[in-house]
Amino acid sequence: MQRQVLPMVAILGLILLSQPGRAATITTLKSLKLDVPTSDTMFPGPGSDAINNNCLACHSADHVLNQPSLSREAWQEVVNKMITAYKAPVSPDDAKAIVDYLARTKGTS
Amino acid sequence: MQDHDVQPSGLTRRRVLGGMGIAGLALMSSPALAQETVDLHVPGGPSTRMLTTSYPQKGRMILQRSSPPWLETPFEVFDKGVFTPNDQHYVSWHWANFPGDIDVNKFQLTVRGQVNQALSLSLNDILQGFPRFDIAAVNQCAGASRIYAEPRVAGAQWANGAMSNALWTGVRLKDVLDRAGVKPGAIAVRFGGLDEPVMPDAPKFLKSLSIDHARDGEVMIAFGMNGEQLPLLNGFPLRLVVPGWCGVYWIKMLNDIEVLDQPDTNYWTATGYRVPDTPHNTVKPGATGFKMVPVTGNAPRSFITNIRNGDSVPAGTPASARGIAFGGDCGVARVDLSIDGGKSWQPTKLGADQGTYGFRQWQTAFTLSARGAHTLMVRCTNTKNEAQPDFRTWNPAGYLFNTIEATHVLAA
Repeated sequence: MQRQVLPMVAILGLILLSQPGRAATITTLKSLKLDVPTSDTMFPGPGSDAINNNCLACHSADHVLNQPSLSREAWQEVVNKMITAYKAPVSPDDAKAIVDYLARTKGTS
Repeated sequence: MQDHDVQPSGLTRRRVLGGMGIAGLALMSSPALAQETVDLHVPGGPSTRMLTTSYPQKGRMILQRSSPPWLETPFEVFDKGVFTPNDQHYVSWHWANFPGDIDVNKFQLTVRGQVNQALSLSLNDILQGFPRFDIAAVNQCAGASRIYAEPRVAGAQWANGAMSNALWTGVRLKDVLDRAGVKPGAIAVRFGGLDEPVMPDAPKFLKSLSIDHARDGEVMIAFGMNGEQLPLLNGFPLRLVVPGWCGVYWIKMLNDIEVLDQPDTNYWTATGYRVPDTPHNTVKPGATGFKMVPVTGNAPRSFITNIRNGDSVPAGTPASARGIAFGGDCGVARVDLSIDGGKSWQPTKLGADQGTYGFRQWQTAFTLSARGAHTLMVRCTNTKNEAQPDFRTWNPAGYLFNTIEATHVLAA
């Protein structure tokens, strides 16, 4: 999709719009009570039980679905990091099933 | 600036972003359920992201991860001015456990460790008890633009919107430390917020600065952002602002300051966020044997904001290019534009200086005389005389990418 770049005369006006921010005098802060959205999306397809059961407590599925395709070795490294650095309590059998799922659905080969 | 204090009642209910992954994409053809998306134009994909307006106090944002939230600033926002609106300042959390409910009368900031007098400060103590100052500073994630790494690497797949600039208002960390009285032998200061890991054994998110850096008079405990209190997702009520350094140090919901007389051994300081100790922190993919060092300061960057890849530019007629730049951990000395793919460069005119660590606008006129494809490039040189590299930088974790940006246009 192409956009036309406006001729210079049309643009010069816009550049002047940006005003320096001025810090207002903040005297008090107001309490907040807000709900932050979560996600109920699950990993789809066969072999997804292990990844659904082990991974979604800490992060939503889109964290993984938005990753690039990676080699099995790279996915193994990611799963190892989750277990060793971030202390995800994943059994060795589940870790293998998770790497299998990722290598199959988001692998490079 | 909008008033964020009044929330529509719908936000008080728990909301679940349903079917945002594969299911959402499958439904896009249905007009009733159409979801606005953005194409990040990344080879190899996945390139499409949802745009969301579902997060409290946040406007239209690129949804990189639902929980814990990674919300990216849509790139067109950067064309509107040097200060990013609070409701489109990017959002990044490491752990999902952080409160949505903060009572300003109960919040306490603790200062402890190697100090003569441990402190427990109320928000009123912070707002009324210390001199305040303002500073413009870009908050940029260390992994900004990771999606453009070649070869690709795992991690938050940020495009160019994991950076935002604000005019921060707060008190000097130095003044707060002086109130507590730093003991001789202190070497570092460690910062923590209200966020907690989901798994009890996981490392709490903490970062440290050297005692000298912490006391440099620029590091801020911020309670104001562009003249308003901080949005919850940007760290309300208090956030550490470390001008010139990557966002990972800018601890959100800051409630604990610990002065240390030993090196900080926690995971996030001692192990995480590492780059090769090489020029431009760059190595060849697959290379080994280099020393790794912590991510610290930002590197210079610049962007054209009014012309995007694939745009058409009138041939033979002067056109205007403009954008933003930042020096990284110092100011912007110059920004140059190339209209011939980097063979020659012409200086641009810098906009008003709003502060060493903030975005600086630049603009210039250029003429593409020949019809056809052209490549525009923009290059920032900072006040330390460090220029953006003209080759693709790469490191294993995809940190501190700052290669010169190229914009491909068609002169017609």
